[in-house]
This record gives sequence, structure tokens and C-alpha cells, in this order.
Amino acid sequence: MVNSVTNLGRSGVYDWLIQRVTAYALALYTVFMLGFMVFNDVNYETWTALFGQTWFKIFSLLALLSLGAHAWVGLWTVTTDYIKATLPRFLFQAGCGLVMFVYLVWGIQILWGL
Amino acid sequence: MNSKRPVNLDLGKFHFPLPAITSILHRISGIIIFVGVAFLLYGLDLSLSGEDGFNRVSGLLDSFLAKLIIWGILSALLYHLVAGIKHLLMDMGIGEELESGRLAAKATIVVSVILIILAGVWVW
Repeated sequence: MVNSVTNLGRSGVYDWLIQRVTAYALALYTVFMLGFMVFNDVNYETWTALFGQTWFKIFSLLALLSLGAHAWVGLWTVTTDYIKATLPRFLFQAGCGLVMFVYLVWGIQILWGL
Repeated sequence: MNSKRPVNLDLGKFHFPLPAITSILHRISGIIIFVGVAFLLYGLDLSLSGEDGFNRVSGLLDSFLAKLIIWGILSALLYHLVAGIKHLLMDMGIGEELESGRLAAKATIVVSVILIILAGVWVW
């Protein structure tokens, strides 16, 4: 039970739910993006027009936040399975958390050009 | 627990059933995507920085190495998506029995291999 202090929802049931809800958001975003790129003639105009729309920025931010939560639950599960020693596991998880934070802030900056 | 029981933890000698292989691939593909997002964000940042930046991303994607990296990330993403959809179906009670589970694992492999090949054709 010591491990549960580092899991996202403080309980397996919450983690399961977070994993699922974010999975639906990420699946929708992935299918939309792949569909857009495969079925459209992507050039600078269409690309910036897509990312210029508020609804798409919100959709992108939703995907980015989902990615952080989804990756945290996933990497937490993987690291608690394979890294048995507490300190290396904690350091690895902290590193993953830092990367997710950087992705989030970087993504917001790209989307809103702060 | 009986401490004298035989222990064989030689992973090379384990027999992994197909559902175990699809599960470990799901984990590995997830880690690849997590690393790959850095490349995707870099490309997105550059492509939205202006017309020059967009053309630079287009130029980068002409190189073999960049195509290989994108195909690798796409492969991981498509596999993770297909295996993830299988998980969501299992949440609904589909494919939870031994036989249907094996079938679902086979379907996961077949569908993702087809999508990965299509993605390769699309990238090149």
C-alpha cells in the first residue's frame, strides 16, 4: 500500500476511471488528427486555420491534459511492476512527471503563443 | 510458502501466450509514444511558427531518418490505439473469456499490422 501515495487517483478504481476517460479523449483526438492529415491537402494555410480555431485549441488542450494523466497512470503501473527499489522508482517517476509538466506548458505555449 | 519449490524465472524459457505478448507490446508502445510526443511537439511548434517553419518541417520529413522516426511513432500510436480499443471493449465485457481473449489478441495483432503497413505507405 506504500506505493499508492504516488498514484494519481489515490485508489486503483479512480486510476482505472482516469485511464479510461482520458483514453476516449486521446483516441478521438488521434483519429481526428490522422483523418485530417490523410484526407486533407495539408499546407500552411489549412494547418494554421485548424490550429487557429478556438474549439480545436480546446480539443488540443484536452488531449494534452489527458496525455499527462493517462501517461502518469500507465507509467506508474509499469514502474511499480518493474522497478522494485523505492529510490530509483521514485526518481524515475519524478522524471516522468517533470517531462509531462514540460509537455503541458510547451503545448500551451504552442497553442496560445504565450 | 514452500521455499523449496522450484523457481524458474528465466524469461528466455517462459512461454508467453499471445495475449501476454499483446499486453507487453501495449506497455512498450505507450513508453515509445511518451518519448515520441517530444518529437511531435517540436514539429508542431516549428510548423506553426510561420510559413518558413512549416516548410522546414516539410523539408525535414523528406529525409529518410525523419520518415523512419515518424513511422516508428505512428506504429506505436496505432498499436496502442488498437490494443486500447480492445481494452475498452473488454470493459464492456467483450473478449474476456479464454477463447475470445485469444481471438481478440489475434485481431489486435492483425489489425495493427495492417494499419502500420498503411501508415508506412502513407509516410513514404
